[in-house]
Amino acid sequence: MSQTPELLRRLLRAKDRIDGAPEKDWPVRRLAEVSAVTEAHFAREFKKAFGLPPHRYLLTRRVERAIALLRDTDLPVTQVAFQTGWNSLGTFSRVFRDITDESPGEFRARERPVPHEREQVPECIVRATHRPDLKTAVSEKRRKKVAGKMGLQLKEAL
Amino acid sequence: MSNGVNVVGLYVRDQDEALEFYVDKLGFRVHTDARNGNYRWLTVQHPQQPSFQLGLFKPGPPVHDAATAKTLSEVVAKGAMPPLVLEVDNCRAAYERMSARGVEFTQEPADRYGTVDAGFRDPSGNGWKMIEVSTKPSSQRSQ
Repeated sequence: MSQTPELLRRLLRAKDRIDGAPEKDWPVRRLAEVSAVTEAHFAREFKKAFGLPPHRYLLTRRVERAIALLRDTDLPVTQVAFQTGWNSLGTFSRVFRDITDESPGEFRARERPVPHEREQVPECIVRATHRPDLKTAVSEKRRKKVAGKMGLQLKEAL
Repeated sequence: MSNGVNVVGLYVRDQDEALEFYVDKLGFRVHTDARNGNYRWLTVQHPQQPSFQLGLFKPGPPVHDAATAKTLSEVVAKGAMPPLVLEVDNCRAAYERMSARGVEFTQEPADRYGTVDAGFRDPSGNGWKMIEVSTKPSSQRSQ
């Protein structure tokens, strides 16, 4: 059954809410309300519109934000996890690895090899040029990998 | 100026709704609203930008067949069209003003990269960034 532009527009509203605050909890009930869709239909309609279930979409957005914090700040990994919406470092590390294939610590070590060269450049420029361009990377990866690797773990959350 | 981009168009799901949004809520002006049968050429203009028109076009005949029109409408409603940027001299003031008029913001004003930006969507799903003009002198049109 095809989705009307009106329904898609309302589903987009839920996606916008997630994008705006991925660190928050987004129970299906609230997202369904935003989209004016019944709870029973929401996850299926969302997946049909945007290619992956809402909870998994939320996790990828959190990991994107975590990647930016790991790369651009000196925040301890625990703080990065809490600021991006995880209550447990273990869950954060596991999901991070599922999506990126490396641990948060490994990622940071690899991404920040020679920090001193950036001191010549204004901070705002450094931040801008190192801003992650992840929409493609993560969405590509999650299509290829997350579906297989995380499917089982996340089903119960949906 | 006689050489340059004159019209760039958006796809909208309903031209009356889009007109109301861009004129009443955003403060644009109607430049051209011409009908020919079912076809409606509708463009609006930022009051401070007389050489540029923003087209508000509805996918459909005679330009598109039904299936293509449907696909375009879906793409717009999913927010998958390219980003648009509105430049303002005071992002927070514009946010307050537009919010009061019912504009759907997707991001509140935030200080970033030396300026302030916010995000909103039009009723069809087109996404805008609203960015405060940088205080740095602009080199555009300096020749």
